[in-house]
Amino acid sequence: MSNFRIAGKGRVNRSRQVRFSFDGVDYTGCEGDTLASALLANGVHLVGRSFKYHRPRGILSAGSEEPNALVGSNRGNGRFEPNTRATVLEVFEGLKTESQNRWPSLTRDIGAVNDALYMLFSAGFYYKTFMWPKSFWDKVYEPVIRNAAGLGKAPTAPDPDVYASRFAHCDVLVVGGGAAGLAAALEAGRSGASVILCDEQSEIGGSLLSEPTAEINGQLAWDWLEDTNAALAAMPNVTVLPRTTAIGYYHQNFVGLCQRLTDHLSIVPDGAPRERMWKVRAKQVVLAQGAIEKPLVFAGNDRPGVMLAGAARTYLNRYGVKVGNRVVIVTSHDSAWHAAFDLAKAGVEVAAIVDVRGTVPTQLVAAADALRIKTLIGWTITGTKGRLRVSSVRVNPVTTGGKVGGAETIACDALLMSGGWTPSIHLFSHTQGSLTWNEDGQMFLPGRGKEECRLAGAGKGRFGLKAAFEDGAAAGAAAAADAGFTAQPASYHVEGELSFTGVTGRELPTDRDPGHAKAFVDFQNDVMAKDIRLAVREGFKSIEHIKRYTTNGMATDQGKTSNINGLAVASDALKRPIPAVGLTTFRPPYTPTSFGTFAGYNKGELFEVTRKTPIDGWAAENGAVFEPVSLWRRAWYFPQVGEDMHAAVARECKAVRSSLGMFDASTLGKIEIVGPDAAEFMNRMYTNAWTKLAPGRCRYGLLLGEDGFIRDDGVIGRLSHDRFHVTTTTGGAARVLNMMEDYLQTEWPDLKVWLTSTTEQWSVIALQGPNARKLIEPFVEGIDLSEGAFPHMAVATGKIFGVPTRLFRVSFTGELGFEINVPARYGRAVWEKLFEAGQRFGITPYGTETMHVLRAEKGYIIVGQDTDGTLTPDDAGLSWAVGKTKPDFVGKRSLSRPDMLVPNRKQLVGLLTSDPKTVLEEGAQIVLDPNQPVPMDMVGHVTSSYWSAELGRSIALAVIQGGRSLQGQTVHVPMPDKVHAATITGMVFVDPENTRLSA
Amino acid sequence: MLLIRCPYCEAERPEVEFTYAGEAHIARPADPSALSDEEWRDFLFIRTNPRGRHFERWRHMHGCGRFFNAVRDTVTDKFAMTYKAGTPRPSDEEIALAVSASSAATPAEEARP
Repeated sequence: MSNFRIAGKGRVNRSRQVRFSFDGVDYTGCEGDTLASALLANGVHLVGRSFKYHRPRGILSAGSEEPNALVGSNRGNGRFEPNTRATVLEVFEGLKTESQNRWPSLTRDIGAVNDALYMLFSAGFYYKTFMWPKSFWDKVYEPVIRNAAGLGKAPTAPDPDVYASRFAHCDVLVVGGGAAGLAAALEAGRSGASVILCDEQSEIGGSLLSEPTAEINGQLAWDWLEDTNAALAAMPNVTVLPRTTAIGYYHQNFVGLCQRLTDHLSIVPDGAPRERMWKVRAKQVVLAQGAIEKPLVFAGNDRPGVMLAGAARTYLNRYGVKVGNRVVIVTSHDSAWHAAFDLAKAGVEVAAIVDVRGTVPTQLVAAADALRIKTLIGWTITGTKGRLRVSSVRVNPVTTGGKVGGAETIACDALLMSGGWTPSIHLFSHTQGSLTWNEDGQMFLPGRGKEECRLAGAGKGRFGLKAAFEDGAAAGAAAAADAGFTAQPASYHVEGELSFTGVTGRELPTDRDPGHAKAFVDFQNDVMAKDIRLAVREGFKSIEHIKRYTTNGMATDQGKTSNINGLAVASDALKRPIPAVGLTTFRPPYTPTSFGTFAGYNKGELFEVTRKTPIDGWAAENGAVFEPVSLWRRAWYFPQVGEDMHAAVARECKAVRSSLGMFDASTLGKIEIVGPDAAEFMNRMYTNAWTKLAPGRCRYGLLLGEDGFIRDDGVIGRLSHDRFHVTTTTGGAARVLNMMEDYLQTEWPDLKVWLTSTTEQWSVIALQGPNARKLIEPFVEGIDLSEGAFPHMAVATGKIFGVPTRLFRVSFTGELGFEINVPARYGRAVWEKLFEAGQRFGITPYGTETMHVLRAEKGYIIVGQDTDGTLTPDDAGLSWAVGKTKPDFVGKRSLSRPDMLVPNRKQLVGLLTSDPKTVLEEGAQIVLDPNQPVPMDMVGHVTSSYWSAELGRSIALAVIQGGRSLQGQTVHVPMPDKVHAATITGMVFVDPENTRLSA
Repeated sequence: MLLIRCPYCEAERPEVEFTYAGEAHIARPADPSALSDEEWRDFLFIRTNPRGRHFERWRHMHGCGRFFNAVRDTVTDKFAMTYKAGTPRPSDEEIALAVSASSAATPAEEARP
């Protein structure tokens, strides 16, 4: 295994060697390496296969913009992540990584046949190939394409890591820790402002980490960096966050930072969070994100060994790694020349510098001559060779007239390219800030901003170290000033600046047919220049459409290296200037971000609140099976040994109908409505009349929306002339209170009424069955429970077991029943005493399923199950609950709209299946004629359906068009097994005379 | 996440404390029965849905619980001002005044190259 590490170069810790593996082969790297630099140090360029054509791919960049080098990374203990960028993954002892998108191996990949079949996979191939024969789509094409699609494999085990999050506020947030960002942070920090400086890399420094020979104010760059980091660390008002990516910039300077805490560690401390999401609200933001180098577009620009020149320079200067032994440079920009110089000085053979420009600054040519580097100025590159690694390049002279001359071949093992630099304006773009096209620099620059934000340095097109320092210092000082501090920006003296002129290349000229050139624009999505031209030929004119049709820039790198090149190709094909073609919009997150970071603490039990009643613990201890009802968990049924749900529910139902059952109804929404105008408020809100309801009595209340449809219902007790105890559905409590508050605050602020949620203040135990009164009579004080004194729909306050109670004589089962409200803290104690005392009646705890069966047997509706937001009181058979003589209530006017009065509205009815054993599916559709042609005319659907143990048969409720007038008729319910016949009936199946209520 | 000023608490609070409550200044008719079907339809369903300045209601749900009104731009999401329920729709001048008062506290919105 060859070693490409160069003595005396780089910042990695040579004395701390770490072992890691890639595709099962063990390698050694140094502490401070990324996976990419460590692989390159071992001479490995081939790291993956491309998305569509399975072409061998290498490492293109040295940063987070990497489109090619995506690997699966395994950090042990179930910590597997696909599509990790090798250029940001730090190596550590024991790291296991693997290549992706290849089978059976990276060097021999069957899928590479796609590359030969590339004509099938041109832009928009999924719209036009694989269309015939049509029957092949479902069975052949789609499964094969699906199987082949996607990069990497998703982990199958749950993410074992924990993630943290925190809010932070600061005066100045600086994004980017390069020259501009450091200068900005220094100024803001010195002014006394609170500062957060974040940078996505493991070390603060940005491009300074690759510029060891530059001198800043008389100090070598790395010395200056060390002093500056120390200075910032010494400022208590400055927080420096390396390994922290600003992923999104939201309204009013709200910026999300993703901090990676443990991915680089060999041994992760127990419970340490993997990542932390910082939600920062900054008074001022300075974006100093730098610039991203552009590839050049030419045939074969994607082979392993073809790399951005700036990246090669970073691997050399920061990591001490040479990317090849014999390199060729192809460029349209000065900066690549410096890569050639640095490599040559480090002993690498530079076979040639090919510059596509006609003229190049003379000092660069002189420097190249001095290093005996061959220069080909005004030449183009027209091809590369080498299956798994570039082995030679084909270059041609271009005349001033643009004619491409005869080709020459130059052998090499690495090809370094540069098409200039693109300012990183992603976060600025998140703010909806406008962009302006800079014709000289061939780049988009920030225009009008919408937030309290500044850009600085290369991210704003100010290239070069001095410009970056001084622009950053000015931005930092101005941000501090706008945040209320005083700052005077320092000036910087820099020696060893790079030459930084260049042009943005279009697709490079070639003597071959560009229609067959595999000249890649988007490496991650395998989009070639000819794909973009094809899209234009096929009529796409908007860059947004071209992007989606070709998928250019739609990969996880969001086109960091491809957008401008794609735009240039499209601009040429459309024969319109770039600013007229426009740029697609960048959206958060800036780089791929794990779901765990977004979830933070909100997973598992903390994902959603589980509301539990005071009696929940008893239910759990007594074997209840639970079901979620809105945020509540409720006891569903209480199976005894050997019972399934069906048997348990049948037993519970029988107990209630024959003797006594108890039910935890604490989740019922409860609102206390108090005040001199309470009755008037009730009259306006509910359909019913309340004025004449005597204190001590209850009434079923029906609440509509202003549109006339049922919103909620519940029993409401009047405790005194100015006090109502309102109950709502379990899921509707907050909604109802909000609606009441809305009317009270904004429509009728003159009413003297106060609303208080009391849902969690009362525990409610429903005691239902013919023995209910017998059980509680001995334990109740202060209330005469006799039928005459305390009839059905009565309410009174008193005591039970010495505990204060609001006792309701109500029934949701059709049996004699009470709902015992006691202060929440006594709920479980009272429940247990009732359970104990009720043993002589065989008292049976029952759950929500039995409650549902019992109420359905009585035709009592459940709002949201039997109604769906389109039912009026009349539709639901509840006209009796509407106060006809009341002048107004919420929703009244809508009840007389023409659509509400048509006879064939869907109405709630009962259904009895012809086969009594058949329990219909809730939601099943209903038709009148099962033999009609498809699509059938569906006249309604089943809303509730149960087995009734009491009746020994199934029962159902349904909404059917004009259903009440169809009583006795047969309808048909298609279900997966067969079409079932059923008869329309009334809604009350048990005790229609309500004799049991007063048993 | 937006910052919203509650006119009752007289403080800016994050958006998560608030819930949206539809368009503002649509008063419930004093006597709905006097309205034609068309008028009642308009009250129920017809909203301005503008591109740009929108008068709307919010509730400081996880704060003081009060409903209030706001002027917000539906394109930029920016709040020009908030005001208490029951106060009349602010005039263009009042809105401009509120905007300039709030931007006086912070630097002018412009490109800063």
